[in-house]
Amino acid sequence: MEALVASAVGVMTAAGIFLILRRRTFPVILGLSLITYAVNVFLFATGRLALNAPAVLNKYEDVAYTDPLPQALVLTAIVISFGMTAVIVMIALSAYLSSKDDHIDMKPDDSVDAPGEDA
Amino acid sequence: MSLFLIAALPFLGAVFPALLIRAGRNAAASAAGLTTFLALMGLLIHIPSVMRGEVITARFDWIPILGLNANFMLDGLGFLFALLILGIGLLIILYARFYLSREDPMGQFYTYLLLFQGAMVGIVLSDNILLLLIFWELTSLSSFLLIGYWKHLPEGRQGARMALAVTGSGGLAMIAGMLILGNIVGSYDLSVILQNKELIQASPYYLPALILILLGCFTKSAQFPFHFWLPHAMAAPTPVSAYLHSATMVKAGLFLMARMWPVLAGTDAWFYIVATTGLITMLIGAVIALFKDDLKALLAFSTVSHLGLITMLLGFGTKFAAVAAVFHIINHATFKAALFMTAGIVDHETGTRDIKKLGGLRHLMPITFTIGTIAALSMAGLPPLNGFLSKEMMLEETVHTTWLNSHYLVPVLAVVAALFSAAYSFRFVSHVFLGPQRDSYPSKPHDPPVGLWIAPSLLVVLVVLIGLYSAAIVGPLVAVVSSAVIGGEKLPYYSLKLWHGFTPALYMSVIATLGGLFLLSLHSHAERLWNALPRPEAKVIFEAIINALTRLSHWITDELHNGVISRYAIILIAFTVALGYYAFSTGGMGLPTRVPLPAQIIPIIGWICLVGATLAIMWFHRNRLLSLVLIGVVGLIVSMAFNYLSAPDLALTQISVEVVTMILLLLSLNFLPTDTPWDSTAGRRWRDAAISVVAGIGSGALIYAIMLRDFAFPTISDFHLANSYKGGGGTNVVNVILVDFRGFDTFGEIIVLGIAALIIFALTEAVLGSNVRAYLLNRKPHWPQSGDSHPLMMVVATRVMMPIALMVGAYIFFRGHNQPGGGFIAGLIVAIAFLMQYMASGYTWAIERQRFYYHGTIGWGVLIAAATGIGAWFNERPFLTSDFGYINWPPLEEFEWATAILFDTGVFLAVLGAVMLALDSLSRFAWQPGMAQEFPMDINPLRDSPPEDDKEKEQG
Repeated sequence: MEALVASAVGVMTAAGIFLILRRRTFPVILGLSLITYAVNVFLFATGRLALNAPAVLNKYEDVAYTDPLPQALVLTAIVISFGMTAVIVMIALSAYLSSKDDHIDMKPDDSVDAPGEDA
Repeated sequence: MSLFLIAALPFLGAVFPALLIRAGRNAAASAAGLTTFLALMGLLIHIPSVMRGEVITARFDWIPILGLNANFMLDGLGFLFALLILGIGLLIILYARFYLSREDPMGQFYTYLLLFQGAMVGIVLSDNILLLLIFWELTSLSSFLLIGYWKHLPEGRQGARMALAVTGSGGLAMIAGMLILGNIVGSYDLSVILQNKELIQASPYYLPALILILLGCFTKSAQFPFHFWLPHAMAAPTPVSAYLHSATMVKAGLFLMARMWPVLAGTDAWFYIVATTGLITMLIGAVIALFKDDLKALLAFSTVSHLGLITMLLGFGTKFAAVAAVFHIINHATFKAALFMTAGIVDHETGTRDIKKLGGLRHLMPITFTIGTIAALSMAGLPPLNGFLSKEMMLEETVHTTWLNSHYLVPVLAVVAALFSAAYSFRFVSHVFLGPQRDSYPSKPHDPPVGLWIAPSLLVVLVVLIGLYSAAIVGPLVAVVSSAVIGGEKLPYYSLKLWHGFTPALYMSVIATLGGLFLLSLHSHAERLWNALPRPEAKVIFEAIINALTRLSHWITDELHNGVISRYAIILIAFTVALGYYAFSTGGMGLPTRVPLPAQIIPIIGWICLVGATLAIMWFHRNRLLSLVLIGVVGLIVSMAFNYLSAPDLALTQISVEVVTMILLLLSLNFLPTDTPWDSTAGRRWRDAAISVVAGIGSGALIYAIMLRDFAFPTISDFHLANSYKGGGGTNVVNVILVDFRGFDTFGEIIVLGIAALIIFALTEAVLGSNVRAYLLNRKPHWPQSGDSHPLMMVVATRVMMPIALMVGAYIFFRGHNQPGGGFIAGLIVAIAFLMQYMASGYTWAIERQRFYYHGTIGWGVLIAAATGIGAWFNERPFLTSDFGYINWPPLEEFEWATAILFDTGVFLAVLGAVMLALDSLSRFAWQPGMAQEFPMDINPLRDSPPEDDKEKEQG
C-alpha cells in the first residue's frame, strides 16, 4: 500500500513539475493542480497510513485511530488550494483577454517599470 | 497619571485635529493643545516622586518569551525630555495656529505633530529597548510627514526623503546594535541593561554594538558626517523646525547616548568616537553657520554645532561633563526654539529669510527684536543668560581633557568653535535687526499678533531666569537628571552660577566673544574667502550615492526579475531538488520500523487509473479539454484514496472541491485557446522531463521512507485524540482540531479564502471595465452551442434537488462536530447546489433570484467567526477558546451545544461566499447581449447550426 501511495505521489509530482515548466498558462494551471494533489497526499501520508481507523472517537470500544492532525491541515489546504487555483485562473484569463497572448514569459520589451524613473 | 496614558495620549489625540478641522482651525488647534496639556499635566503630577529620585514604572508583559514588553519608566532623564517635548510642544501648537496660512491643511498638521509627539514621548519613557526602537522608527516616519508637509515644494519633498533615508538607515543600524546589546545582557529591559556595565564592556561584542547604536544616534542628532540632512529639512514650516530640529527629534540621539551613558561610556572607544565626532561637528557646524544667508539655514547649522557640543560632553565620559551636557540640553532647547520662532516671525512678516535682504528691523519690529536678541546672545554665550553658564562648564571641562596626549587640542578647537558661534549669533542680531532701515522688504514689516510672539517670549523669559537664578530654578532638575544619566552614582561637585572667579574658562569665553565680534566685523572679507574655497556639497554627494544605489537595484532587479516566469520556476525547482539531494546525502536514516500494509486489488486498480491518467495528461496536455477530463479522474481517485485510507472528512472535501474546480476550469477554458501549441524545443523538453523525474523520484522516495518509519519525536496527535471530547466536546477529532484546537489557523484561512475571492472579483471588475469588454461581447464561442442550452430535464431536476441539496448541506454541517462533515464541506456542498441552478437555468435567471451579495456572505462569515472568538474574552479566556454544554429539551434526546458551531457557521458562510463570488465573477465574462432574453427551457433556433468558421473548418 505504501509503495502505491508513494509512487503515485512521485508520478503526480513529476507530471506537475513538467507541466509548470511549459510556456503557456493553461498547462501551468494543470501542473499546479497536479502538484496540489501530490502535496496534499504527501502531507496526509506523513500521518502514516491506516485502514478502517477514522479519527472519530468511539465511546463504546477501544479502537485504533488514525492521525487526525495531518488530516485537519490537509482539509484546509484543499480548500485554500481552490482559492489559489481560482486566483491563478483569473490572472491567466485576464492576461490572455487583455493581450490575446497566453505565454507566461514576458518579452524584454514588455517591461513595465523602465529603469531610471525617479520621483 | 499612568505612564501608559501619558505615552498614549498624543496618539489618541492625533485623531481629533484631523476630524475637528471641519469645525474650524481653532477647534483643531485646541484639540491638539488640550491633548498635549493633559499629557503634560499627567507628567507634572509625577514631579514630587521624580525629584525624590524615584523611578516610576509601568509594566505590561506582551510577548515575554521574546523579551518584548510594553514597559515604561520615568526617571529624571525621561522626565526632562518628556517635559521638553510636551512643554515646547504646547508652545509650538499655539505658535503654529497663527503661523500656518489659510491654505495649509491645518488638521493634517496637528495630526502629524501629535503622532510625532507621541513617538518622542514613547522613546523617552520606554523601559524596553525593542519598544524604544519602534518609537524611534515612528519618529523618523512622522518627521518625514512633517518635513514634507508642504507637498507642493520640491525642497520639502527632497528634504523629507533625505531626512528619512539618513535617520531611517541609522535606525536600522541601531536595531542591530540594540539586539546585540540585549543579547549580551539577556534582557531587553533598559533597567536591567543599565545594571550590567561590566558584563557589557567586557563582551567582545561591545564595540560592534557601540558603533551600531552610535550610528543611530549620530544620524538622528545630525552629527558629522551625517549632519547634512538637517539643513535640508529646514524646508519644513518653521513650527516644525522649531520643534523637531531644536528641541526634540535631533535630541533623541543625545537622549539615547545619555540613557546608555552608564553602560557604554567610560571606555577609550566611547571617548574617541563620541567626543571626536562631537568636536568635529561642533566646529564644522559653527563655521558653516556663519556663512549662511538663510536665517533658518544659519540656525540649522548652529543647531548642528550645539548638538556636537553636547555629544562631545557626553563623549568625555566624566561625570562633570555629563552634568554640563544635561544643563546645555535644557538651555539649548529654550533659546534655540525661541530663535527658530523669531526667524519664522521675520519670514512671516517681511516675506524673506535672506539675511542679505534684511536689516534695520529693530524699530519696525521691536518685540521681535527683543526676543531674538536675548535668545541670540544666550546662544553666543554672554552673561547673564543661560547659554553662558553651560558654555562655561563646557570650556572648563575641555581644559581637563587630553586627546592623544595633547592637552591643547580640545580646548583650542572648543574656543575656535565658540568664537564662530559667537560670531554667527551676533550676525543674527546685527544683520537682521540692526543697521539702516530698508525700503526693499518684500512686504511691510511690523510686529506679529500676540499669538505668534507669546510662545517665544515665554521661552526667552526662561532664558533670562535660568541665567540669573539657575540654581533655584533648574538646580534640582539638573541634579536629578544628571544622577539619572550617570547611573545613580554620587554627583560630582559643580555649581550653577554666573561668577566663578578668574578661571581659565572665563578667559576662553572672553577670547571667544571678542574674537567673534572681530570676526563679524571682517564678515564680508571672510565670506569672499569662504566662497572662493572649494568644499564638498553634501546634497550632491548624497544624491549621487542614492542614484547609484537606485541604478544598482534596478540593474539587479532587471537581471533577476526579467519577466521570464519559466526561468524562475526552473531555478526554484532545480534548487529545491539540489537542496533535497544535499540533505539526503549528508543526513542519516534509520531502518524501517513499520510493517507495510498489504495492497489489495481495489487500491491497485485505483493506482492504475491515477498513474495512467497522470501520464496521459502529460502526453495529451496540448488538448486542453481532454486534459481537464483526465485531471478530473486524478481528483476522483485522490478523494477515493482519502476515503479508503481512513480520512472521510478529506474525501468529502476533496470531492466537493473537485466539482467546483472543474466548473471553474471549464468556464475559463471557454475563453482560452483550446489547445496548446508546441513552443519548446526538444532539448528543452528533455531537460524539463529530466528535472521533473528527479523531483518526482525524490518526493516519492521521501514519503515512502517516512511512511515506513515511526515518528522520530512523540507526536502531538495523541493530545488531540485524548482531549477532543473532554476539552472540545466533539468526537470528530479532525473537525474539533479545525474549529477548536487550531481555530486560529482556520480563522486565518477563511480570511485568506475571502481575500482570494475578492481579488478575483476585483480583477473581473478591472478587466470588464477595460476595452476587453467589447471583445467579450462580440466573441464567438469555440464550440458550436446547443440550441437547447437550458434543457428541461436538467432545469427540473436541479430545482427539485435544490432543497434536498440544502438539506444535505445542513445535515453535513450539524453532524460535523461528531461525525465526518463540518463547515468547510457544508459550504462547498451548498455552493454546488447554487451552482447547479446557475448551470441549469442560466446566469441571468439565477442572479435575478439572488437576494444577497456574496461579498456580504464572506464578510459575515469572517465577522461571526471573529465574534465567536472574541466572546471568549468576556469569560476571561484567550481568543477562540470554545465552550460547550448539553441541553435537554423533551421530547428530544439530550444534545450537545458548543460555541464551536458558531465558529463553524462563520467558516461555512465564508467558504460559501468565496466559492460563489469566484465562480460568479468568472461567469460574468460569458455574459453576452443575447442572453438577456434567454430563459430556462427556451430553445434558440438560431443556435442549431454551428458558427460559420467551424463549418469552414469542416469543409476545409
